[in-house]
Amino acid sequence: MSNSYGAPPPPPQPVAVPASTGAVHLERPELHALPTNVTYRNLIAENRRKSAFLVMLLIGLAVLTGAAAGVLLGASGNSRAAVPAALGGALIFGVVASIAAGWSWFSGPGAILSMAGATPIEKKDDPQLFNVVEELAIAGGLPLPKVYLIDDPSLNAFATGRDPATAAVAITTGLRASLTRDELAGVMAHELAHVRHNDIRLMMLLATMAGLIVFVGDFTRNMRIFGGMGGGRRSSSNSREGANPLVIVLIVISVIILIVAPIVATLIRLAISRQREYLADAGAVELTRYPEGLIGALTKLGACRTPLRRQNEAIAPLFMVNPAKSAVVRGRQDSSSMFLTHPPLAERIARLQALL
Amino acid sequence: MFGLLGIGCLGIVAIAVIVAVVVIGIYNGLQRKRVAAQTAWSDIDVQLKRRHDLVPNLVNTVKGYATHEKGVFETVAAARSAAMGAKTIDQQIAAEGQLSSAIGRLFAVAEAYPDLKANQNFLQLQEELTSTENKIGFSRTNYNRSVAQFNESALVFPANIIAGMFGFAQMKLYELDSVEERKVPTVQF
Repeated sequence: MSNSYGAPPPPPQPVAVPASTGAVHLERPELHALPTNVTYRNLIAENRRKSAFLVMLLIGLAVLTGAAAGVLLGASGNSRAAVPAALGGALIFGVVASIAAGWSWFSGPGAILSMAGATPIEKKDDPQLFNVVEELAIAGGLPLPKVYLIDDPSLNAFATGRDPATAAVAITTGLRASLTRDELAGVMAHELAHVRHNDIRLMMLLATMAGLIVFVGDFTRNMRIFGGMGGGRRSSSNSREGANPLVIVLIVISVIILIVAPIVATLIRLAISRQREYLADAGAVELTRYPEGLIGALTKLGACRTPLRRQNEAIAPLFMVNPAKSAVVRGRQDSSSMFLTHPPLAERIARLQALL
Repeated sequence: MFGLLGIGCLGIVAIAVIVAVVVIGIYNGLQRKRVAAQTAWSDIDVQLKRRHDLVPNLVNTVKGYATHEKGVFETVAAARSAAMGAKTIDQQIAAEGQLSSAIGRLFAVAEAYPDLKANQNFLQLQEELTSTENKIGFSRTNYNRSVAQFNESALVFPANIIAGMFGFAQMKLYELDSVEERKVPTVQF
């Protein structure tokens, strides 16, 4: 997927952003931000299929995790209780996961915005920002999203919502103040591309499911260590001689599931998050036809050493660049790792420069 | 004998029904695409009207600083009234092109007046006009896309027969016709 942008990107060079009035750039020769055989319709359709598959995979993982937790918490010493405990755990987790997914569907965007400390603004508060968003909404054929401001000196932005009609874009005051009109258009186009690709819904559901799996893993481990000390040990020593080898195998499998599932869930979520960032960059150029704007903005974002005041791991993948304190303060936006929410910034810039 | 005739009649009726269904399908498809293109045009029209509203304010603001640029003001005013008085889409496209380049010249003139460029009112108007210009540009892309879709489906066989029968005329693309309009206005000092 990542090599489908065509020619290998040239090594990153210092970027000179030409002064521009922010006028439209429609008269440029065609820019192939996306491969020619990729249209928005099939991009969105693919995203929908992928979302359904991954959410199902995560639900499967969640049920397994629930069963494993049931075995370890409910049937530690009692061999006959192992199977009902596993079923019970899976059932409870299934119900909880459905409720969580439903909750994130309806209240997620609001919760995300309030976690980020974003406040809604109106056109009179910042006419230029609204103008830019209006222009891009026309270009992308999208309804006008709600616009939020995050009062924070750090440089970042994100989009949320469950579909284009309920979408919201948010930008920090720090980023808003440091961008030219063209760069602002690049940032907002990136966020609207997330809306247009249906990324906002996918990332929200993935975050909810992965978060839940991680939570159950931690919860079970803590219960076994702290809650299971007294009673657990006594009962397990009593029943040791009567323990069915099948139950022991079941317990071992459960422990493995509880260790592996949260890691797998997180890795799935991070891999999708990184892929979506590249696609949103490409989609942004599709809207503005002016890669220079986004390149300039990403360069400024990469130079930022002020972390967000509100650090929140749950919403980190939504942001334009990795907001984690460790990445921002030490200037590690170029690291490439399967444990990061965002692809290396230098790679993103290089891919955009390949379009010039 | 009668049976053969009956089958023949039935066959003719069946063919007529199939033809009618196909014609209705094509007609509705053409109609939908034409409505989409017309809607896209009204999206442009909203922005063009907004520009007509903004221009007098801009001229008045610039007049306060650049008193010697009478010629430019007159060009802008003439282009604006021509655009507002246009009867057909073709006329309007031509007149709006004139207005675009006239506004471009007005901004080029404004570059020579530092006091004007610092004026808050001027800056606001400049932002609004830049944005309106961009919205016109993006709406124009959408309009041209839906016109191209309509035109193509009215040209292919057998839709071209239906289009001819019901008077679906080819629609005109909104193209930048003047050379002046194509190039970005350059600023001279």
